[in-house]
Amino acid sequence: MRYMVLLKAARPSSPPPPDLMEAIAKLGEEATKAGALLDTAGLAPSAEGARVQLTGGRLSVTDGPFTEAKEMISYALYQVRTKEEAVEWASRFMRLHRDLWEGWEGEAEVLRVLGPEDFAPPV
Amino acid sequence: MTATHPYRAVEAVWRIESARVIAGLARMVGDVGLAEELAQDALVIALEQWPVSGVPDNPGAWLMATAKHRAIDTLRRRTRYARKLEALARDPVVTREADEPDLDAALDDHIGDDLLRLIFTACHPVLSTEARVALALRLLGGLTTDEIARAFLVAKPTVAQRIVRAKRTLSSKDVEFEMPAPADLPGRLSSVLEAIYLIFNEGYSATAGEDWMRPALCEEALRLGRILAGLMPEEPEVHGLVALMEIQASRIRARTDASGASVLLLDQDRRLWDRLLIRRGLEALARADALGGALGPYALQAEIAACHARALTPEDTDWGRIAALYQVLAHVSPSPVVELNRAVAVGMAAGPAKGLEITDSLLHERALERYAQLPAVRGDLLAKLGRHHEARQEFQRAADLTRNERERAVFLTRATACGDGRR
Repeated sequence: MRYMVLLKAARPSSPPPPDLMEAIAKLGEEATKAGALLDTAGLAPSAEGARVQLTGGRLSVTDGPFTEAKEMISYALYQVRTKEEAVEWASRFMRLHRDLWEGWEGEAEVLRVLGPEDFAPPV
Repeated sequence: MTATHPYRAVEAVWRIESARVIAGLARMVGDVGLAEELAQDALVIALEQWPVSGVPDNPGAWLMATAKHRAIDTLRRRTRYARKLEALARDPVVTREADEPDLDAALDDHIGDDLLRLIFTACHPVLSTEARVALALRLLGGLTTDEIARAFLVAKPTVAQRIVRAKRTLSSKDVEFEMPAPADLPGRLSSVLEAIYLIFNEGYSATAGEDWMRPALCEEALRLGRILAGLMPEEPEVHGLVALMEIQASRIRARTDASGASVLLLDQDRRLWDRLLIRRGLEALARADALGGALGPYALQAEIAACHARALTPEDTDWGRIAALYQVLAHVSPSPVVELNRAVAVGMAAGPAKGLEITDSLLHERALERYAQLPAVRGDLLAKLGRHHEARQEFQRAADLTRNERERAVFLTRATACGDGRR
């Protein structure tokens, strides 16, 4: 089973401490070597992005930044046997932030990725 | 910290950490069976405490420390007991001062080494392949007896017995909890790779509608392969096996159609191939290649799978390269099935007549006597050559040989089509 972990937080005014980045890299390596982390990347601020919206049958394109308080910071794709395993990896990731970036707040959404089991033919 | 299902949270940590805990303990006590028991003791304590006090910040370390204390207690009790026995026997040999090694230090270093030792021990060639598979899934995968039984469609007591006997065999044959000597490494590694690929194939062969534990075996095998690749990055065949499994797994969604029937590779909807797994497989293959040296059987099979993976449509397939790879594979790891696959590739690359020639040499292979794929391949090649009467006979023979209902239907359809003069 796959789970996507999406990190959301208010875009910080200062860059993350190098200690934290080092620890995140180490955790990523650990998860990769455990055969659980399939893919991960950071996302640039929405100021560099755009939004394509469909409302009332009309498309509109707006350049970032977006007005929401929280930004999408990164994603990670895990292969695990249960949701709780994905939650554990996400928790370890968040604990690093708690321990190495004082005052930082954010949330990691853990969402299941649809897989072959969702498209399996009826029994 | 609140968890919605505290026991499931503990179990999740267990799945992530148990192999390393067992490995570290096995180094301490020298026996994987005892190591597992001690690790399980720590799990029981975790199941009691964590739902109340919360999952600790470093759960792996907590489990290891808890299990370690129980291990030290066990060792002390054994030493005391052994000393008592010696005193009773009034052994004239002077008993040595108990020299408890610096267990703390021994445990904290070399976690990776210990895990590697555990992998090699669980897949020791002194064990049957079934035993290796069960032990690997148990000690490395953390699967329960019930899960292993469901995955392999055997009774739970059978699996339980298999695991007990496997541990006993390792003890009775005095299998050391050590890395194999360099001279033994290739053979020992072969045993490990074989067990992992066996697990993968069991999962890959699962058909739709079966217990979900079965296709889950593919993921389990992939996980074990990736772990091994992380621990032995200098071994090309490990990367080769991982590459092969990633690429094969990429096709899982395309392998069965809406009715649950198998779809042949060349007929699969390639939009359903998982491009992430293909990318990962090609990366693993590149690592194998970069290590240099001749390609081993797993890397070669992965290269063949990669040829298909790179082709956006069946027409884009580089059959010449596939035929050449099968030629090498036939030297490195010869078998009648490899030769048959080579015949298919040559038939595509150089024309059906050439492919047919190769199958001619297989007609007297005892190993293929009851193998439906041989007449099926011949039927296909003969049909392409316009020899419809002979093709029909071959497809009929294939239908007679196969025990797979859906496959039989496919062969009968093709036989009928030949009879009508079509294809």
